[in-house]
Amino acid sequence: MSEAKEASLSPETVLAEMKKGGITHVVWLPDSETNWLYLLMKADPSLTLVAVPREGLAFSCAAGIYVGGGKPIILIQNTGLMESGDSMRGWTMGLNIPVVMMVGYRGYTRHGVNKDTAATYTERFLNAFNIQYYLVEHGSDAPRISVAFEEAQKTKRPVAILVGDEYHGFNR
Amino acid sequence: MIAMEEMLKVFQQHRGDAIVVSGRANRHWDKISTRPNRDLALGDPAMGGHASFALGLALAQPKRKVIVFDSEGDLQMSLGVLAMIAEQKPKNFYHFLLDNECYATTGGQPVPNAKAMAYDTIAKGCGYPTAYAYNNLESFSVNVGRILSEGGPTLIAIKILPEIENTPIGQRAPRLRRTKEQGIADLRAELGVSH
Repeated sequence: MSEAKEASLSPETVLAEMKKGGITHVVWLPDSETNWLYLLMKADPSLTLVAVPREGLAFSCAAGIYVGGGKPIILIQNTGLMESGDSMRGWTMGLNIPVVMMVGYRGYTRHGVNKDTAATYTERFLNAFNIQYYLVEHGSDAPRISVAFEEAQKTKRPVAILVGDEYHGFNR
Repeated sequence: MIAMEEMLKVFQQHRGDAIVVSGRANRHWDKISTRPNRDLALGDPAMGGHASFALGLALAQPKRKVIVFDSEGDLQMSLGVLAMIAEQKPKNFYHFLLDNECYATTGGQPVPNAKAMAYDTIAKGCGYPTAYAYNNLESFSVNVGRILSEGGPTLIAIKILPEIENTPIGQRAPRLRRTKEQGIADLRAELGVSH
C-alpha cells in the first residue's frame, strides 16, 4: 500500500467512528465516492440505512429518528447540503436535534485553485447558519468525527464533518 | 369534501395508543385528542417534511403505530418521500393526506393541478402496498377502523374542506399549546426515551 493510500480516509475508519458514536440509522443520498462505505454499512446489521431522494428530507427524517430514540447520522454531498437549507433550519436547528452530517466536500482542492462553486460556497453556507464544522482529509483526522458527535449532543444542534478528500475518501 | 374536525372526531374513535404527528390537523386535533402526550404538534418547521419526520419516528419506534396528518401542499413539495417510505416498508406507518386542493394558510391559492391529482394512485405507483381515497365522511367512517388494524405503510387521501386564512402570519394567534421543545420532551418521556 502506498503512503498516499495509507493516509486516505478509509471506509472502515468512517464506519468504526459511526459505531463508536452509537449510530443506529444512516440517512443518506450517495455521492460520488461512497460506494465502498455503502457496502460496509449495508453488511452491518446494527445500522438501518434510509435512502432519501432529495437531501432536505434527510434532516426531517433524522429529526424523527432522534425523537423516537434512535441516533441518526446524515451522509450527503455539499451540493445537497445547500439544497437543504430550510429543512436543516426548521427540522434540526429549530427542534434542537443533535445530529452529525458527513458532507462530501465536492470541489475541495486544499490549497489549490478552486474551480467548483460547490466548494466555493460550502463553508460560507455553514457559517451563514452558524453550524460548527470539522474538516476531515485523512485517516488521522478521523477522531474529529467523535468530536462532532460529542459537540452535537452537547449543543443539541447539527454539526458538520466536511470530508475534504471526496475524490479519494471512503474509497479503496 | 369532508370537514376536518368531523373527520378527526371519527379518527379519534380508532386512534388507540398510536403516536400522532398532527401536522396541519393540529388546529382541531388538540381539542379532540384524549392522549396529548402521544401527540406531537410541531407547527410548520419547514414545509414538505412532516411525512419524512414521521417515517423516522416510525423506524425508531417499530412496535408503535405512527400516524401523520400530512397535506397535499407538503407532499407536492417532496413527492419522492413516497418512494422513500415505500422502500422502508414500515408496517406501523399510516399516512393521512389532507387534501384541500389549496394553500389554505396563504389565502387559498390552488396547489398545482389541484383537482386532478390522484395521490392514492401515486402512492401505489411508488410502492405503498395499500392506498385509499375518500371524499365523504360516511365511507371514511366505515373504513378507517379496518385500515388502522391492517399493516402499513398505507396512504389515506381525504378531500378536506379548505379553512382559508388571510390574516398575516404575524397577526395570527399562536396555535401550539406546548412549545415544540416541550412536545418533543413529553413524547420522548412517554416513550421511555432517555438519551
